[in-house]
Amino acid sequence: MLKLDVNFFDWTILAIYFTLVVAIGVLARRAIATSEDFLLAGRSLPAWVTGIAFISANLGAIEILGMAANGAQYGMSTLHFYWIGAVPAMVFLGLVMMPFYYGSRVRTVPEFLLRRFNPATHLFNAVSFAAAAVLTAGVNLFALALVINALIGWPIWVSIMISAGFVLAYITLGGLSGAIYNEVLQFFVIVAGLVPLVVIGLHSVGGYAGLKEKVTHTALGPDSFSTWSGTAVGNWSNPLGDWIGIVMGLGFVLSFGYWTTNFAEVQRALSAKDLNSAQRTPLIGSYPKIFIPALTIIPGLIALVLVPKLGQVDKAGDPTGITYNYAIPALMNKFLPNGTLGIALAGLLAAFMAGMAANISSFNTVFTYDIWQTYLVKGRRDGYYLKVGRIVTVVGILIGIGTAFIASGYGNIMNYIQLLFSYFNAPLFATFIVAMFWKRATPWAGFWGLIAGSVGAAAMHFGGYHIAYFARAGVTNDQMLNFYGALTAFVADVIVTVAVTMVTTPKPEAELAGLVYGVPDPNAPDPNSVPKPPWWASPKLLGGTSLGIVLVLSFIFV
Amino acid sequence: MVDPASDATPAAAETPQSAASKLFDIRLMIGGLFTVYGVMLTVAGLFTSDADLRKASGININLILGIGMLLLGGFFLAWHRLSPKRVEPPTDQQDRTDSP
Repeated sequence: MLKLDVNFFDWTILAIYFTLVVAIGVLARRAIATSEDFLLAGRSLPAWVTGIAFISANLGAIEILGMAANGAQYGMSTLHFYWIGAVPAMVFLGLVMMPFYYGSRVRTVPEFLLRRFNPATHLFNAVSFAAAAVLTAGVNLFALALVINALIGWPIWVSIMISAGFVLAYITLGGLSGAIYNEVLQFFVIVAGLVPLVVIGLHSVGGYAGLKEKVTHTALGPDSFSTWSGTAVGNWSNPLGDWIGIVMGLGFVLSFGYWTTNFAEVQRALSAKDLNSAQRTPLIGSYPKIFIPALTIIPGLIALVLVPKLGQVDKAGDPTGITYNYAIPALMNKFLPNGTLGIALAGLLAAFMAGMAANISSFNTVFTYDIWQTYLVKGRRDGYYLKVGRIVTVVGILIGIGTAFIASGYGNIMNYIQLLFSYFNAPLFATFIVAMFWKRATPWAGFWGLIAGSVGAAAMHFGGYHIAYFARAGVTNDQMLNFYGALTAFVADVIVTVAVTMVTTPKPEAELAGLVYGVPDPNAPDPNSVPKPPWWASPKLLGGTSLGIVLVLSFIFV
Repeated sequence: MVDPASDATPAAAETPQSAASKLFDIRLMIGGLFTVYGVMLTVAGLFTSDADLRKASGININLILGIGMLLLGGFFLAWHRLSPKRVEPPTDQQDRTDSP
């Protein structure tokens, strides 16, 4: 039904792209002599590279297809995922948190918890992160196989093996440099593939005004072009629920948790060559993030207007037409001639692989440094951990293949991913913000706070289905429940962290140097000796401008 | 797979030097790829069939995208040429040992 009309021209484009993908891995291999070269790209990359990789690691195909699906399903309210749910957190990471991460020279996010709290906190976080990372890698892999199966017709298992093979090739050889370089390349290719869809799509529905007018006549209705309508607390009708859930749950807890403590993201910044570049990594990434909705939500809405029966289900809940997740492929099929089609397909496939590679390349680092080197086999030479890192990469990909099928039971991929985030990431931000700004917080408070937060998230998720407020017309709003689950996790984490701190002993201040606000690292280089960056590289200017643009756009699309 | 005997010496005794400065410049790759794609699409755009044109609601998308990709490719190649990658000498900060 949706099979793309791929011809020799498109195949040539794909072949060139995937040759280059492997070539990057092979060429990047020369730059690897130490475990840090392999797992952190030798901390040598310029800010524009890490900045694009920062956004690209998140711009996997699941994100692209999922956000287009959300656009078609929820309308412009989906913008909240970008302007409330991403940009402020990225600016906060760059301006406030990065000095603690990069300045303390930790190699991973869990390692920060080890030095700030204790091994128990560290192990809990390292293991849960590693598990979530391979799981997400598997989700990406399975989604990729489904799309290839639908669009090109290859059997699922063939797609899984081939795409896992490509990822294996470039990240086992090239390490994080290979992953990051491919993410940068992929970013430009996916943009080149999506822009034509938006241009042709808008042209054929009569421009933005035409789109707005036509969407009004669909099931989404006139409110679909307003981001804040129906968000009143107590009487919500917005597809994302009330404003407390959106602002506090999605904006403050979920997105800050994801962008500031998810190592797959923070790792990109840690691979930057100096503190200023590390700070600028999420800030540079925030600019494309502001405008990506034009490439995801708009195509989703165009597809809603132009693709018959998009997202409709029969009484049993089975789709009668093309599901929301295929909004973008459906438009590719409808509009793109061979050539441009090949570019778009290359971008989409690359985005799937990037989603998997980002997770594997953060998994291998956490496993090698935080689990293997810290607890299992300590004190070997660096070359040993380089070997371990390579082996763990291969093992991670094998586990990813194995877990690919866990994802098969879920329809809206995005909801599933967010569910994972709400368990693992929601309490994390609470713990980190307390850790960085309250030097009294004790080691065991860190641990029990995280546990309480995770339990809180899970409890809200399971219990929320029995709370009438989250349901409309008898159906529970999953997104809203996720937001409130995150909020629950945050509150539970903070309460327990404070309570446990009251009855346990804090760390001596000397051990917290460079990790907590107000406790400077005596070994840190004198700030006056570090060359001052030029005005255009000032993190404050970059972050402030980014927030300003979001503010203006938010008023336009209110 | 890993020989334990040869790796059993204390850590940090002889950590090898980072080879990160040998990393190639990604701008060359982006520039090269987009130039090649740009040429392919532009040429295809010059010979667009009526059917393809109708499919894309009257827009010669191969030609437009081809030119756009050529421009972006040219930008990256020019940037690389005008400001080649500098190999920075190791600073004090980089010399600090990273092992805990």
